[in-house]
Amino acid sequence: MLRKIRITLAAVSFVLITLLFLDFTGTLHVWFGWLAKIQFLPAVLALNAGVVAALVLATLLFGRIYCSVVCPLGVFQDIVSWTSGRRKKHRFRFSYSPAKNWLRYTVLALFIVALTAGIGSFAALLAPYSSYGRIVQNLFAPLWQWGNNFLAWLSERIGSYAFYRIDVWIKSLPVFIVAALTFVVLVFLAWKNGRTYCNTICPVGTILGTLSRFALFQPVIDKQKCNACGLCSRKCKAACIDGKNHRIDYSRCVSCMDCIETCAHGAIRYRSRFATQASAPGKTSGNVPESGAAESRQDRNVDTTRRGFLAGAGLLLGTAFLKAQEKTVDGGLATILDKEIPDRKTPIVPPGAKSLDHLSQHCTGCQLCVTVCPNGVLRPSSEPGTLMQPRSSYERGHCRPECVKCAEVCPAGAIMKITPAEKSSIQIGHAVWVKQNCLPVSEGVRCGNCARHCPAGAITMVPSDPDDKFSVRIPAINEERCIGCGACEHLCPSRPFSAIYVEGHEVHKTI
Amino acid sequence: MKAQDKEKKGGMDRREFLGRLGAGVAVSTLALSGCAPKTGKDSALQGEIPLGKMTLRTNPNTGDKVSILGYGCMRWPTIETGENAGELDQEKINRLVDYAIEHGVNYFDTSPAYCKGQSERATGIALSRHPRDKYFIATKLSNFAPSTWSREASTEMYRNSFKYLQTDHIDYMLLHAIGMGDDGMEEFEKRYIDNGMLDFLVKERQAGRIRNLGFSYHGDIKVFNRALAEHDKYKWDFVQIQLNYLDWRHAKEINPRNTDAEYLYDELQKRGIPAVIMEPLLGGRLSKVHDHVAARLKQREPERSVASWAFRFAGTFPGVLTVLSGMTYMEHLQDNLRSFTPLQPLTDEEMRFLFDTADLMMQYPTVPCNDCKYCMPCPYGIDIPGILLHYNKCVNEGNLPESKQAENYRKARRAFLIGYDRSVPRLRQADHCIGCRRCVHHCPQNINIPGELRRIDRFAEYLKQGLDLAPALKKCGR
Repeated sequence: MLRKIRITLAAVSFVLITLLFLDFTGTLHVWFGWLAKIQFLPAVLALNAGVVAALVLATLLFGRIYCSVVCPLGVFQDIVSWTSGRRKKHRFRFSYSPAKNWLRYTVLALFIVALTAGIGSFAALLAPYSSYGRIVQNLFAPLWQWGNNFLAWLSERIGSYAFYRIDVWIKSLPVFIVAALTFVVLVFLAWKNGRTYCNTICPVGTILGTLSRFALFQPVIDKQKCNACGLCSRKCKAACIDGKNHRIDYSRCVSCMDCIETCAHGAIRYRSRFATQASAPGKTSGNVPESGAAESRQDRNVDTTRRGFLAGAGLLLGTAFLKAQEKTVDGGLATILDKEIPDRKTPIVPPGAKSLDHLSQHCTGCQLCVTVCPNGVLRPSSEPGTLMQPRSSYERGHCRPECVKCAEVCPAGAIMKITPAEKSSIQIGHAVWVKQNCLPVSEGVRCGNCARHCPAGAITMVPSDPDDKFSVRIPAINEERCIGCGACEHLCPSRPFSAIYVEGHEVHKTI
Repeated sequence: MKAQDKEKKGGMDRREFLGRLGAGVAVSTLALSGCAPKTGKDSALQGEIPLGKMTLRTNPNTGDKVSILGYGCMRWPTIETGENAGELDQEKINRLVDYAIEHGVNYFDTSPAYCKGQSERATGIALSRHPRDKYFIATKLSNFAPSTWSREASTEMYRNSFKYLQTDHIDYMLLHAIGMGDDGMEEFEKRYIDNGMLDFLVKERQAGRIRNLGFSYHGDIKVFNRALAEHDKYKWDFVQIQLNYLDWRHAKEINPRNTDAEYLYDELQKRGIPAVIMEPLLGGRLSKVHDHVAARLKQREPERSVASWAFRFAGTFPGVLTVLSGMTYMEHLQDNLRSFTPLQPLTDEEMRFLFDTADLMMQYPTVPCNDCKYCMPCPYGIDIPGILLHYNKCVNEGNLPESKQAENYRKARRAFLIGYDRSVPRLRQADHCIGCRRCVHHCPQNINIPGELRRIDRFAEYLKQGLDLAPALKKCGR
C-alpha cells in the first residue's frame, strides 16, 4: 500500500515537472510552477527558508521521500531501473554494497565550495533537478516541439488557430552535449544498479541521506521474523539492505517501500524507530573502499572551442548587406541573411536577474527560463564559468515589453519576479551604434526602424550632417533611457550584423 | 461483386438476393426519374461548361471577334514543392490554356514583367501548340526600370517579346501602366516619348507587326487625359482600364490619387475606343469579401459564385472588348467560363443592387491590395502582399477587434497573430519595413505601402502587448 502511494505521487509529480519543461507556452507554470520551487537546490539558492525547512522536516520524519517522489531525476532513474528489471532473470538483480562515503562527501564538499565560490556551472552539473531539466529541454523538448509543429500544420489546414508553429533549434551545443552525456551516464547507471548516482554522487542525496539516518519513520527489519533469505537486498535499488545481518543503511534508503512488499515473511515494516528497541539502525563504518572514486563521472569536460566562436564572430563585422537591386520584373522575395551574434563585451542577462553575479550565484542551470522564452532570446551560456546559465541575445527576437515569463518560472530566485511595468524601467544593457553597418550611412536610404520600435523612446533620428537638416538621418541613442531590450538590434535591417546592438551591464539598474 | 460479397457473408440465398436486387432496381429507377427535373438542367451554372457559347465582342478597327473573357497571364501557377519550387508550372499552364481555348477564350494578355519575368515565355510555349489564328496575343512594353528607358533597352525588350511568344506579330500591344510613378507625366515622357519608342511602335503598327496599339493606365489622370487628347495623332486602337463595381464610383474614395472607372469608360466611349478591362475582380478582393457581403450576393443568386457578379458587371458594358482575369486554378477558369458562356448582362435593377453592395463594402477597412506583386521584390525581404492580404483576411473574417472590450477579442487576437506568423515568416513581417519607400511608385493602386505596413505593425504590436487598440486602428494617410 505504501509503495503504491509512493508510486502514484511520484508519477504525478514526475509527469507534471516534465511537462513544465516541455510547455513552451508557460500555461502550466501558473498551476504547477510550485513543483519546481519545492526542489531542494533551487529552494536553497532562492533562500526559501520555508521550503528548505519543510524538506528537512519531511526527511527527518519519513526518510528520503524527497528522492523517491519529488526529485524528477530520481523518479526518472526509477523508471529506467524498473524497465531494466522487467527483463527475464533481472527481477532481483541488486545486491548489498557498502556506502562509498569518501566519494559522497568529497563530491558534496566540492559542490558546496563551488556554490560559495560562485562557480555555479560546476554546481549545476551535479544538481539533480537541473540535470533533469537540461535533459528534457535538450533531448525531449525538440520531439515535443516537432509534435506541436505537426499539429500546427494540421490545424492550419483545417483553419484552426489551436496550435501555432515554433522554431526548434539547438540553443547551445556544449549544453546539448552535457545533457546528452548526463542522460547516457544516468541511463547506464540506473539500468545496471538502480540508484547509484543518488547514493554516490548526488549532493542533495548526500545531504538528505545524512538527515535520513535519524528519520523517525523507517523501514525496520524484525529479526524475529527475518530468516535472512536476502530477497530484500536483491530487490533494493539503493543497495542499502544488508539482509544477512538484518541491517539497513538509512543514509541511502530512499523510502521506496519496495522491500516491504518483497518480504514474504512480513519481516520489514515501515514504522517509528523508537517503537521497539530491537533493531537499531545499522550504521556503516567510515572506511570505504576507495575504488569507487574511479567510477566518478567523466562527462564534465566541456567543449571550450565554442568560446572562441563568439569572439571570432565579431571580427567578421563585414559589410555584407543586401544590396538593393534594381527592380525590373514583378514578384519574388529577396533572400534574407540570418543575423549573427555580435561580439558583446559583457553578456546580457534577462531583467530580474539583478546582476551577473546574482544570476550565477543562484542559477541552477535548469533551463526552465529557456524553455518558456517565447521570443527566442534566452539560451544557455556556453562559457565554461557560467555554463548552462541563461544569456540573452537578439538574433531571433527581442525581449518584448509585455513578457516576464522567465521571471515567473525561475524556481531559484536567480531571475527575480518582476511585473511588465517594472521591466520597462530595468536597464539590462545599452544600445551601441555601429556606423559602418547603418544603412542610411552606407546606402543613403532613410530607415529609422530602430527609433520607431524603441519601447523606451531612447533613440532619436538626427540629421547626419548637423549643418544640413535635410541630410539622411541616423540614430542618436540616449543611453540613459535605453533599457537594453534589443528591439533595435533585432529589427535593424543590416545583416548579418546589426548596425545597432546591445552591450550588457554587469549590474542592472532601475531608471 | 455485390452478389459475391453477400453470399460470402452467408445467410442470403441466391433467389432471395435476386428478388431484392430487382426491387432495388425498380426503386432507384423511380427515384432517378423523380429527380431528373431537379438536377439535370441547371448544368449551365454548376455542371458541364457548354462549348461554343462564349460571348464574343467585335473590335471596330480590325473586326477581330474577341472573347469577352480574356486570359490574364500574370498569375500563372507555380510548382509548389521540390527543387523547382516557385518556378512556373508549364504542365498546368498548358492544361489551362488548352481548356480555355477549347471553351472559346481567345485573348491572352501577358507582359515581360509578369511572374518574375517568366510569363511571356511560358505563355508562348502553351500558345504555340495551337494554330496562330485561333488566339490573340496582348503584351506590353514594360520598361519601368530606369535602366530600360533607353531606346536600345526598350527595343530589346520589345524584340524579346516576339521571341518568347514565338510569333511574328503582336495582336494587341500596350504601353504598360502609364501614369504610374512618383511623377506620372515625367515617367511617361521618359519611357515612351523622349526615347521615341511610341513613334517606333506606331511605325511597327504600319508595318503590320503590331495589329492594335493601345495603353494601360494607372495613377495620374493627367497622363490618361493627355494620351486621349493625342488620340488623333496616335489613333489608339484600344485602352486598358481598371473597372469594377467598387471602382465605378468609389475609386477616388479608396484613394484620392485614383480615378473613378465611370469617368475613364465614358471618356473612351466618347471617342469610340474599345476598352479592355483589368482588375474586374480586384485581385480577388471582390470574391474574398466580408462574410456579410458574401451572404448578400449569395442570397440574390445562390447558385452563382460571388466572383461572377464582378465579371458580369464588367461584361455588361457594350464598349468593353474583353474582361481580363488572371486565373491560376482550373476552378477559377471554370467558374469564369460559366459567367461568360454566354454572358447574361446585368439588368438596371441588378446594377443598382451591386452599387449598393459597393457602398456596403466601403464600410470595411480593407487595404486595396490586389496581390499583383508589382511592389515585389522588396529589397529588404518584406512580403508586402502577404502582409496586406493577411490583414484583409482578418478584416473580412471579423478578426480585427476594435477594442479590448470587444466580445471576440481573445479569439480574434489569436487568429490575427497566429495567422500572421502562418501567412508571413517573421523575418518578412511589417516590423522589418524600414520605410525606404522604394515600393510606393510601383503600386498600381497607389497604396501608401510603408504607411499601411506601419499601421499593421502597430496593430500587431498593440495586440501583442495587450494595449488598447483604438489608436492603432486609425487610418493612415495615403
